[in-house]
Amino acid sequence: MNNKPVISVSAANKIFNVGSDEAVIALKDINLEIQPGEFVSFIGPSGCGKSTLLRLIANLTEPTNGTVVVNGKSPQEARLNREYGFVFQAATLYEWRTIKKNVQLPLEIMGYAPEEREQRAQKMLEMVELGRFGNHYPGQLSGGMQQRASIARALAFEPPLLLMDEPFGALDEFTRDRMNMELLRIWRQTQTTVLFVTHSIAEAVFLSTRVVVMSARPGRIKDVIDIDLPHPRLFETRESEAYYGYVTAVRESLRDAFQAEIE
Amino acid sequence: MVANTNSKGVERLRYYLPTIVVAVAVLAVWELLVRLFNIQQFLLPKPSSIVTSLISEWPVIAPRIFFTTRSAVGGFVMGTAVGILMAFITARFVSLREAMMPFAIAANSVPIIALSPIMFNWFGPLNPFSWMVIVSVMVFFPVLINTVRGLTEVQPEALELMRSYAASPLKVLLSLRVPNALPYLFSALRVASVLSMIGAIVADFFGAERNTLGKYVTQEAAVLRFANTWAAILVASLIGIALYTFVLLVERWITPWSNGQEV
Repeated sequence: MNNKPVISVSAANKIFNVGSDEAVIALKDINLEIQPGEFVSFIGPSGCGKSTLLRLIANLTEPTNGTVVVNGKSPQEARLNREYGFVFQAATLYEWRTIKKNVQLPLEIMGYAPEEREQRAQKMLEMVELGRFGNHYPGQLSGGMQQRASIARALAFEPPLLLMDEPFGALDEFTRDRMNMELLRIWRQTQTTVLFVTHSIAEAVFLSTRVVVMSARPGRIKDVIDIDLPHPRLFETRESEAYYGYVTAVRESLRDAFQAEIE
Repeated sequence: MVANTNSKGVERLRYYLPTIVVAVAVLAVWELLVRLFNIQQFLLPKPSSIVTSLISEWPVIAPRIFFTTRSAVGGFVMGTAVGILMAFITARFVSLREAMMPFAIAANSVPIIALSPIMFNWFGPLNPFSWMVIVSVMVFFPVLINTVRGLTEVQPEALELMRSYAASPLKVLLSLRVPNALPYLFSALRVASVLSMIGAIVADFFGAERNTLGKYVTQEAAVLRFANTWAAILVASLIGIALYTFVLLVERWITPWSNGQEV
């Protein structure tokens, strides 16, 4: 087992509007290492910088100072090497492409042969239970189905790292539970490293191997809680005493984070 | 299958029925009022006499349809082509866009048709190209403005998705900006199809060519044969509707995902 971290963030700061009166410290002194195969959730009040942290790793924005290393490279190199898949809060499907064509988009950009694009897209769509909807347009599908298609798209080129920014935020609880089970199954099958931003304590505890609790203004890491629940996580996991223990631990940590913000 | 097409036909009939009823009612009331109050023919002819005029004058009107329609269609194509070309150049350079767009939007609200005597002066009062230039200037601005909007008003997440795939600028243009612009373009083309017929008729008024629908309208009005004038207006309207319908059909074919929704 190789123990080189997938993600290594050290002394990273992110300040928006540097030098102006409206300067906002989005992230302050972030230090974090993530090992291959981990499932790490980020939770915290709005404005705690959890999405910004994910975007730093994805090279969708740059740190003001400090270093971010992804697979031993700079985030930009990792992005140009196509080493991660990003799932946005909104499904962000292109409405003029059918679902199948949307899933094929990254494969098209990365120069896969047409037959392979077709095969992989179909396989991924079946994995998220959308096998029969390949020829539909996004507008014809429900929000939950669209989000599943966007996950299929992120997985289509089998990136070793999956960055998910509140992917299930807009879904109803029932769909969300099903999506959680599916995501865990995909994670086990593909052995991808997952970074997952969420607002839901229950979701964070249920999915993760580690939960990173963040506080706002300035955004910093408050606690890192290891979730030592057995795998695979099942429906019954949510009813176990250990699960409730972790939920309580995360909730208390979050309450302190809110408290610190008010004082 | 037969039952299916039948029920579709019934459905379609039900959809158009109110429109047909209103049209028939308006014509009937028009006919009745003119007869009842004995309104002079030169003030408002009966619908029946307009149709009679159209039939008897058809040999005179028919050859004139060609010239006016050619001006409208030729100008529509020219204005659209130049508008799209300029939109790509304008959308590409931010500083050019910021410098040019206020002028384009201002020019769009100028009654461009007033320029037509100048166009005849430039390109010749008998040259069919003059007519097309007048029409194309009318079509140009809405096409330019809408296409620039469509190419530039792209969802930030949709762009970030492309960035996360390290897509080339050409791929972003072809797979994101162009399809995003299509509904905007067609929305402009629908307006432009109507404008092009208006432009062609008004150009007929000013041009030296006698064999046109516009000239027929003024010439018959001058000798008080208003039923003939109305017959020519009816023909011009039908051509305008035909152009509009053609654009609508092409739109449905090219952008099946958008269902003709307004943007």
